[in-house]
Amino acid sequence: MKRIRSLAAASLAATLSMGTGGAWAQAGETVRIAVIDPQSGPFANIGLNILHTLQFLAEREGGTHNPAGVKFEIVPFDNKMSGPESLNVLKAAIDQGIRYVVQGGGSGVAGALIDAINKHNERNPGKEVVYLNYAAVDPDLTNSKCSFYHFSFDANTAMKMEAMGSSIQDDKRVRKVYLLNQNYSHGQQVTRYAKEVLRRKAPHVEIVGEDLHPLGQVKDFSPYIAKIKASGADTVITGNFGPDLSLAFKAARDAGLDVAFYTYYAGAAGTPAAIGDAGLGKIRFVYPTYTNLASPEYQAVFNAFGQKFPNEAFVTSPAYNLFKALSHGMAKAKSTDPVKVARAMEGLSFRSFTGDVTMRASDHQLQQPLYMATWNKVDAKNPIDVEKTGNTWTLDRLFDSYVASTPTTCQMKRPA
Amino acid sequence: MAFFALSLLNGVSYGLLLFMLSAGLTLIMSMMGVLNFAHASFYMLGAYLAYQVSAWIGFWPALLISPLVAALLGAVFERWVLRRVHRHGHASELLVTVGLSFVMLEVVQLVWGRAPVGYRIPAELEGPLFTLFGSPFPLYRAFMMGVSILMLVAIWLLVSRTRIGLVIQAALTHPDMVQALGHDVPRVSMGVFGGGVALAALAGVVGGNAYTTEPGMAFSVGNIVFVVVVVGGMGSLGGAFVASLLIGVVTTFAVSLDQSLLHLLQAVDVPVTDAMANHALLALKISQVAPLLPYLLLVSVLIFRPKGLMGTRET
Amino acid sequence: MPTLHRTHIPARERQAVLWGGFAFVLIVAPLVFQSGLALTALSQMGYMIIICLSYNLLLGQGGMLSFGHAVYTGLGAFCAAHALNHAGAEGVPLPVSLVPLVGGLGGAAVAAVLGWVSTRKAHVPFAMITMGVGELVFAMTPMFPGLFGGEGGVSTNRVVGEPVFGITFGPQIQLYYLIATYCFACTALMFLFTATPLGRMLNAVRDNPERVAFVGCDPQTVRYIAFVIAGFFAGIGGGLFALNFELVQGSAVGGLTSASYLLYTYIGGTLLFFGPIIGAILSVLVGVLLSEFTKAWALYLGLAFMLIVMYAPGGLSAILMANLRVAASGKFSRLVKPGSALLAATPVWLAGVTSLVEMTYHRQIHAPLNPTFRHFGVLLDVSDGADWAGAAALALVGGVLFECARRGFVRHWRMVQEEMHALEPGAEGAS
Repeated sequence: MKRIRSLAAASLAATLSMGTGGAWAQAGETVRIAVIDPQSGPFANIGLNILHTLQFLAEREGGTHNPAGVKFEIVPFDNKMSGPESLNVLKAAIDQGIRYVVQGGGSGVAGALIDAINKHNERNPGKEVVYLNYAAVDPDLTNSKCSFYHFSFDANTAMKMEAMGSSIQDDKRVRKVYLLNQNYSHGQQVTRYAKEVLRRKAPHVEIVGEDLHPLGQVKDFSPYIAKIKASGADTVITGNFGPDLSLAFKAARDAGLDVAFYTYYAGAAGTPAAIGDAGLGKIRFVYPTYTNLASPEYQAVFNAFGQKFPNEAFVTSPAYNLFKALSHGMAKAKSTDPVKVARAMEGLSFRSFTGDVTMRASDHQLQQPLYMATWNKVDAKNPIDVEKTGNTWTLDRLFDSYVASTPTTCQMKRPA
Repeated sequence: MAFFALSLLNGVSYGLLLFMLSAGLTLIMSMMGVLNFAHASFYMLGAYLAYQVSAWIGFWPALLISPLVAALLGAVFERWVLRRVHRHGHASELLVTVGLSFVMLEVVQLVWGRAPVGYRIPAELEGPLFTLFGSPFPLYRAFMMGVSILMLVAIWLLVSRTRIGLVIQAALTHPDMVQALGHDVPRVSMGVFGGGVALAALAGVVGGNAYTTEPGMAFSVGNIVFVVVVVGGMGSLGGAFVASLLIGVVTTFAVSLDQSLLHLLQAVDVPVTDAMANHALLALKISQVAPLLPYLLLVSVLIFRPKGLMGTRET
Repeated sequence: MPTLHRTHIPARERQAVLWGGFAFVLIVAPLVFQSGLALTALSQMGYMIIICLSYNLLLGQGGMLSFGHAVYTGLGAFCAAHALNHAGAEGVPLPVSLVPLVGGLGGAAVAAVLGWVSTRKAHVPFAMITMGVGELVFAMTPMFPGLFGGEGGVSTNRVVGEPVFGITFGPQIQLYYLIATYCFACTALMFLFTATPLGRMLNAVRDNPERVAFVGCDPQTVRYIAFVIAGFFAGIGGGLFALNFELVQGSAVGGLTSASYLLYTYIGGTLLFFGPIIGAILSVLVGVLLSEFTKAWALYLGLAFMLIVMYAPGGLSAILMANLRVAASGKFSRLVKPGSALLAATPVWLAGVTSLVEMTYHRQIHAPLNPTFRHFGVLLDVSDGADWAGAAALALVGGVLFECARRGFVRHWRMVQEEMHALEPGAEGAS
């Protein structure tokens, strides 16, 4: 673990002229995991947070703390948020003999990795690589693009929409919904799933308008807010993230727009700081965990991480399940060979923060409970201050695994 | 009626914001013919400096300190880097500012980190100024509009009414003669560049807390600023003003237009099939491309009127 | 009377040696660097050479500074990917080896359409139009998922159809040789272009469009044709890119990609034909490798770019040629001592500066986990003030040494240049 940078740097120089090599570790020894994410450039904020999360968890879960007794070593690779660049660093990781790859920053990259890993595994039997995905939530990744070598640990877009739909179904205040999204795959999917889920679960709710705006181009959201206001909507569903989300909130606050926001990414690293005091009591998001989750294990991890990295927070909780699945899988397979571990992880159930979760065998999508949390002022029951804003996420409701579970069209080809 | 009035107000205020962002670039463009790619980076720097000064002292001192620091850095850059590159031509000047923008981004991230920072609007400027048709108009937005108009008036006065302004104007077309008459043209250039980036920093001070202050802010603002300057006419202050208002109003109104080519076909009684209804290009609504209209405007203006709306020169 | 001594190699032999050497390096490189990463890096260098040369057709040869060249490489890549998918699915008899040509035709077609409006003016209006067009195209890609594949992009498989002589293009090494063949052919073609009347006219348009108009040629037509030709080669590069990654995403037409072409072509040098080749190789080395060694790579790149624009606007190739000229005139021995001083001082200064930079980055990013790291083999501790002081002292001392050595070197260099200039027959002036 302490040899992260030097290992990467030294081996890279060496492997340029040498071929591939390196024996793989047996159970009880060190498993190297490549982390492919943006660690420089405009998205580095998120990529570095997840890197630290993984490094922290690797230390915490390694050695005698996991049932397989393996030690984990995190090897970072910077893909600068680019699909082709990710394929380059994947080659570098494979050259260094690394058999496990972790990524989550961007479904475009995820799709590229699945494709490349499938091809590599097919063309190089005996050197298979397994890909663990902690945040790329495009449902296609476990449907049309599903792969035996890919495991998804976050709930995908459709699953989170099922949860939102259930919430709206029971909330009498919601009568008119507006859909505000970014005009690319993710935003287009949120729009599509919202319409479909609301039609099924809450047919009494009327969708009074929708907008698709170019990704990252809108500086001034006031015209969109004016449209929302004119439509008479009381709720907005949005898959926006980053400035596209925080600017929308600010514009809504400025215009005095009193609507509830159902979001995917209001809790992502950096967004709460940008939201500040806007939308108190109004902004919600759906995620496998939330800041004030009443789980001693979660709080222990959260606090320890916050102490180690004072300027960051433990916000990417699927990473925890990732390590648990890996170590339980290795213990069950009695091996660290990726193909055997992948087989062992299929259908695997293990204890997570608030109960058991299961890695569904048909599509390798983790089945887990989801939480909806609301942005509120810090109080006695919810004491954790998020990103020095004086506000925090409080529990709105919990959705059991079956609520958010979605069927799959995956026709998985398994190795013999 | 209410919607139209609100949209107009939003559009004009957004246009003034755009002018505030591009005023400094117009100044540098008109005086030195340099298209400063790092203009948006100075906007970012101004916002971050204001955040720091606000945290230590307060917002109002930041309004003064941040532009001053930026002006100093700009003057140093002009003296030691830009002047050196000047003899290689305008393209080289443009390229060196491209390099500068990369370097500034890295330095800002080193100092303040990669996450957005909590630069907030001061309490005394929060809240609505007035309410129009049931919608509150934020006080801070009016403040930004005020700063923008102040910039316009100040630059215009400086350039046309003061002695230094006349020297600047003369140095633009006859630098050698002005030098021969005893004016220090290089020092004037340094001052102009420093002044231009100070305006960018001021825009950052004022805009950084209304929008988010984060490393990506330069990238997201940079392109639209060039559109304003080029569409308005390189070197024309009035042109930049008109262009920013035009872009602001058009972009704002376009968001409310949900028509697409399908609607056009239906209006002329062409039968629309299901396949056509789902076709991406035909179903594309004007509201979906609204934020891209400035680039369309840029390309059109450059094709049909390369001098810009009110420009006097092409390069 | 002392005469200028020039190593005399007849032009034709020199050309044969250069091109032969180029071909030799292309053939032998993957045998020396054999790992998976090295192979893919070499493949990327191969098509980046084509792309950067096509970019320089506009910039160096034609004086057209384009901020949107990625539109043509990217759309060429999309064309190639779609063509390959159709070849696989519907059994269209398109051999994989010809797919890059499809990309080239796609790039040329787009250039033919967009070039007409782009090339009416040169210099800054041209740059702004290309920027606007580039932004428009890039922003549109997520909106048409049928064409551009949405966020995931268009993926494809280059192993399609019957193997010819056992070649499936599955293994990277086979693809590399395909890329190398295209690289050699396109480089040769673009080199020949510069010698054609059209190529010379392009240079004339760059230098003095008004005079060209008076001579009877329309500058815009010349620029337009050059634009389309550049688009063709850009599309070929894009097609090879599509074959290499078997995936094309929206970022392929984006502003950052365009900016990287500009940056590296300029660093390599726009004045000489082979400058972009150096730039292309550098782009892969920096993009693929440097970023894995240091988080500060963007800072180094930005600073290096600024330094080159300020002090060496002809790029690295111009520096190389200047030194070769001195060597050819036999005066290199005069520069050996000052040159060695410079070469000795540079690492000292660089070590100090990079240590400070790396320590700053490490402190910000990794310090909570582990405050120490290795820099050129030396263990540095960001929590130890002594290490900071040491790095700063090294940078300072190194800086002083470097500046002294630099001044000495520049003095000798100028003397040598003056002597060379005085000895040359009158007709040959500045380079």
